Amino acid sequence: MNQRVVIDPITRIEGHLRIEVEVDEQNVIQKAWASSTLWRGIEVILKGRTPMDVGLLVQRICGVCTFSHYRCGTEAVENALGLEIPVNAKYLRSLMMSALHYHDHLVHFYHLHALDWVDVVSALSADPAKAAQIATRYTAEPIAAGEGDLRAVQKRVQGFVDKGRLGPFANAYWGNKTYRFTPEQNLIALSHYMKGLEIQRVAAEMMAIFGGKQPHPQSVVVGGMTSIRDLLSPARLQEWKTKHDVVRDFIKRAYHADILMAAEAFGDEASVLGGVNVHNFICTNEFYGADGKHLYHQGVIHDGDLSKVEDVNPDLVAEDVTHSWYRADKPQHPYEGTTIPQYTDYVERDTVYGKLPTLDNEGKYSWVKSPRYNGKPMEVGPLACLLVNYARGNEKVVDAIDSFLKETGLPLEALYTTLGRTAARMIETEILADECDKIFDALVTNLGSDDTLYVKPNIDPNKEYIGHSFIEAPRGMLSHWVRIKNGVVENYQAVVPTTWNAGPKDANGNIGPYEASLLGLKLEDPKKPLEVLRIIHSFDPCMACSVHMMDYKGQSLGEFRVGPSAA
Amino acid sequence: METHAALFEQGRKRLDALRQMPPRQQESLTDRMLELGITRRDFMKWSASITALLALPLPFSSLVAEAAELADRVPLVWLHMAECTGCSESLTRADTPDLDTLIFDHISLEYHETLMAAAGWQAEENLEHAMEKYHGNYLLAVEGAVPTKNGGTFLKVGAKGKTGLEVVKEAAEGAAAIISVGTCSSFGGVQAAAPNPTGAKGVHAVIDRTVINLGGCPPSEKNIVGTLMYFVMFGRLPALDMFNRPKWAYGARVHDNCERRGHFDSGEFVEEFSDDAAKDGYCLYKVGCKGPYTYNNCPTERFNAHVSWPVLAGHGCIGCSEPNFWDDMADFEKPLGRQLLHGIDASADAVGGVILGAAAVGIAAHAVASVFANSKED
Ligand code: SF4
Ligand code: SF4
Repeated sequence: MNQRVVIDPITRIEGHLRIEVEVDEQNVIQKAWASSTLWRGIEVILKGRTPMDVGLLVQRICGVCTFSHYRCGTEAVENALGLEIPVNAKYLRSLMMSALHYHDHLVHFYHLHALDWVDVVSALSADPAKAAQIATRYTAEPIAAGEGDLRAVQKRVQGFVDKGRLGPFANAYWGNKTYRFTPEQNLIALSHYMKGLEIQRVAAEMMAIFGGKQPHPQSVVVGGMTSIRDLLSPARLQEWKTKHDVVRDFIKRAYHADILMAAEAFGDEASVLGGVNVHNFICTNEFYGADGKHLYHQGVIHDGDLSKVEDVNPDLVAEDVTHSWYRADKPQHPYEGTTIPQYTDYVERDTVYGKLPTLDNEGKYSWVKSPRYNGKPMEVGPLACLLVNYARGNEKVVDAIDSFLKETGLPLEALYTTLGRTAARMIETEILADECDKIFDALVTNLGSDDTLYVKPNIDPNKEYIGHSFIEAPRGMLSHWVRIKNGVVENYQAVVPTTWNAGPKDANGNIGPYEASLLGLKLEDPKKPLEVLRIIHSFDPCMACSVHMMDYKGQSLGEFRVGPSAA
Repeated sequence: METHAALFEQGRKRLDALRQMPPRQQESLTDRMLELGITRRDFMKWSASITALLALPLPFSSLVAEAAELADRVPLVWLHMAECTGCSESLTRADTPDLDTLIFDHISLEYHETLMAAAGWQAEENLEHAMEKYHGNYLLAVEGAVPTKNGGTFLKVGAKGKTGLEVVKEAAEGAAAIISVGTCSSFGGVQAAAPNPTGAKGVHAVIDRTVINLGGCPPSEKNIVGTLMYFVMFGRLPALDMFNRPKWAYGARVHDNCERRGHFDSGEFVEEFSDDAAKDGYCLYKVGCKGPYTYNNCPTERFNAHVSWPVLAGHGCIGCSEPNFWDDMADFEKPLGRQLLHGIDASADAVGGVILGAAAVGIAAHAVASVFANSKED
């Protein structure tokens, strides 16, 4: 008989995510459902506000990818107003965006995802001297992986264990057979977990130099940027560069090496070899570069066919709410959508943990909508970005992927896996780290003749405006859509990376990337579903981002006060 | 208000009491620090800086140091409600890295969804375990607002499908003290901005207990760490202002300690972002700075290891540590003029005058107001 497994809360992510799966007698997943269990209604709150406040407000959609919505919202308004911002502002936004990518990807790999790969308890039985040797297999110059470093880390964690006080490491799935690192490899990774805590602060500081603070910087405005004093200070510019060097060093000497180590150790682990079952990928342009071109280019791939890349057509985006807690007749384009909350409760059933309230998978079961491109589900994120750019022949991407495949001895198909998704995040970061100096130099060169950072926007209250913006956030393609009327926001919509990936089934029964990724996966122990975490974490979920679709065009606020029983 | 001497005495007693509790850990903090390459001197320096941060006289630094050594006896449960995780992110930016990491090891993080290894059923077990084992003794930190409309069903947490509202109430019941980290859990925050579609509320509004409110979107890492340390030291809440914010952090206006204040007093203003006046660091009042209405220590403590704060980055303060700031301070690029806020001005506790035009201010309030009355028209 099939059994139901409920995993809630999915920890080590942003926000509130519930996963339920049904396993057969062999513990193989037959069905899977992803649900976001929080709705905040950010877009309805934007109604009637000045477009100048949009960026700051939408920034609070997410404090993890803290700069993404701020920038995307501001640029949607700039697009609506037809505003061309100064080139210095474009460079500065690129530099801040790069700081975000470093921070986000490092924190994701080392502090959110790592514990699905690294068995902390196993690291205790490692031989630090041997581990130090092993570390040199993956890079000539390991960081925080000398014998002394490793011994100190081991002793520290041993201290936790001896006193029965694991703190944040308590009651996890330690000892699960799908952990594949040797004790020595676990120890190296654990040391990088600790070191990573320090490096992520540096990456955050990079953004704060031009942003005032991080999370939630405060220097982006419609028309450009405000941090002119930081921009014109050679000391501040050097501060940025110095911190950038520290972060890049860690990316090369730890992040890259650890991914190679994982590729080697997990080469035959099923949960790492599967995990990519929607083979449609989409991404957008990102990182305005030195030559006025972007580092990564937009595009769509269908059915994993790398021989054809289409340009993204914004008109083909639509959202379906058949299984989402909203009411609508048909899939809607972001400019035309409506969102009327219609919550329906859980249903009680037997699970591996006994009777529990569970998702009503026949009906509505998530606050996330299901975005579709030309009717098809799409995976977004670093893997999508790299595949599209690889298919396009983007030289930097082709070189980086080819050299990664050579280093690991893996075929190209290996990218269509959990490992590929995790490696893509690192490769994307590494390409960026090499490219960023050029953006920085271009900025400095430009400053020699031009120090404009802002143009004053002008909104005519008698005119109507409509605009959107696409950016490649750390979790993938993000778009914001705005209508302005009477000088205020009339309508707002965001279609977010995690929404593309985490959305429920649509009206045609197509399932999205999260749910698809789990099918066919065998669980070692359904009561301790580590493999599910490993796959879902590889998407880097960000639930607060995914849930806030709200279009109030022509709606009265009364319509939002819908009771749970309202049909 | 008590004297420092009485407070010091209280701190002593608290530490004595903590010392009586059975240690959960044999190895001393000093040994642990040595392992991590932190010298006694570094540690004392850190204690002194935390002491200064808490606006206590230097002799208190010995208390801070002792408290840190005993800190592992205070379990911390951290809940996530309707939020963006920016407050947790801020916590991880604490700027004396090795030592702060250590301090948090010592505070014994029992439950924190973003950081904990356990998930699902096992995560919930950790929460239940902590609430039972440390009943009456754990610190509860809450990040995010509590949705209350539709029976609270806009947020559900955990395999048992409880609403956020239920979870907060249960956890609050056995907590020794409750800290709302950030403007969302303090005052409702962004989701409570008009028209507040989910009925989002601050924690204090849904439970019947005193709650310390750490306003800020997010609050700085220092304000979070400092407040936890205060509790560890004194075993009770710090002195609070009228919105239950710790006075040591929120006792002074941004405007009072602002580096651009001299320009405000001289009537030198930025007229447009990044203009020549901005290059000279003039005051941002006319491009919307809400520093005169906002109580926080941003100008002195800054963010991210003192790297910066919004006014340094050329953007006005948006008042993010104040209740309802998304509505009351809105139109962030325009000045509020002389508008009074939530009766702050009436508060006897307020440090310094809030109304522009107090004697210390170089230009008269009505002059300021009229400048903007004109410029608003065009
Ligand atoms: S207070 Fe601000 S930073 Fe903190 S959770 Fe709320 S929106 Fe995010
Ligand atoms: S108005 Fe703002 S920028 Fe000007 S002095 Fe006051 S706090 Fe500083």
